[in-house]
Amino acid sequence: MNAEKTQSTQGRRSFFKRRKTCPFSSKNSPKIDYKDIKLLQRFISERGKMIPSRITGVSAKKQRELATAIKRARFLGLLPYVVD
Amino acid sequence: MPFYENVFIARQDLSQQALDEKIEKFAGIIGANGGKVTKKENWGLRSLVYRIKKNRKGRYVLMNIDAPAPAVFEMERQMKIDEDIIRFLTVSVEELEEGPSAMMSARNKEGYGKSFKNDEYEDFEIPATDEEEIV
Repeated sequence: MNAEKTQSTQGRRSFFKRRKTCPFSSKNSPKIDYKDIKLLQRFISERGKMIPSRITGVSAKKQRELATAIKRARFLGLLPYVVD
Repeated sequence: MPFYENVFIARQDLSQQALDEKIEKFAGIIGANGGKVTKKENWGLRSLVYRIKKNRKGRYVLMNIDAPAPAVFEMERQMKIDEDIIRFLTVSVEELEEGPSAMMSARNKEGYGKSFKNDEYEDFEIPATDEEEIV
């Protein structure tokens, strides 16, 4: 009975996406660098906007770092401010 | 002395030789003010994502600098005056990178972004970027 209950809650939970871990916080994760466009492009939308951390799972600390890196890359003409 | 990274973009119609002279000039300014340029990296001609001073393409150069702040200010002042330099960015860093930067290794290694995407980020596709499924 108890086991069934946990299974059903697990089943329901797997319907939602599980909590993602920050892609920058683990060991040997990539360094956030304004020169690494390939990496930064993963964190901007098609319109050129930054993707919120609640979608990407980036931790708050790393998101701040990421935001600076993206802004620097934009200034240098490596990433777009806006795509129309 | 603090460490700096400087990236500048020179105009497209600047010849390679003239660009090399520019790099030497800026490195000379740093040297004259008691610093040194530890790495010079030429990213070559890249297209700019948006137009900067009516330019669509630019020649990118990265310099790693170990110099006192006044030397960097003087170099930046010269860059502002120079009309062949369309943009520059200097950031102070904790330590200078050894070896080629991400920009160079990305160009040398093919499919770098792709393998990265598949290995580490498989489950954060946002719906808007799923072009394949829409088509």
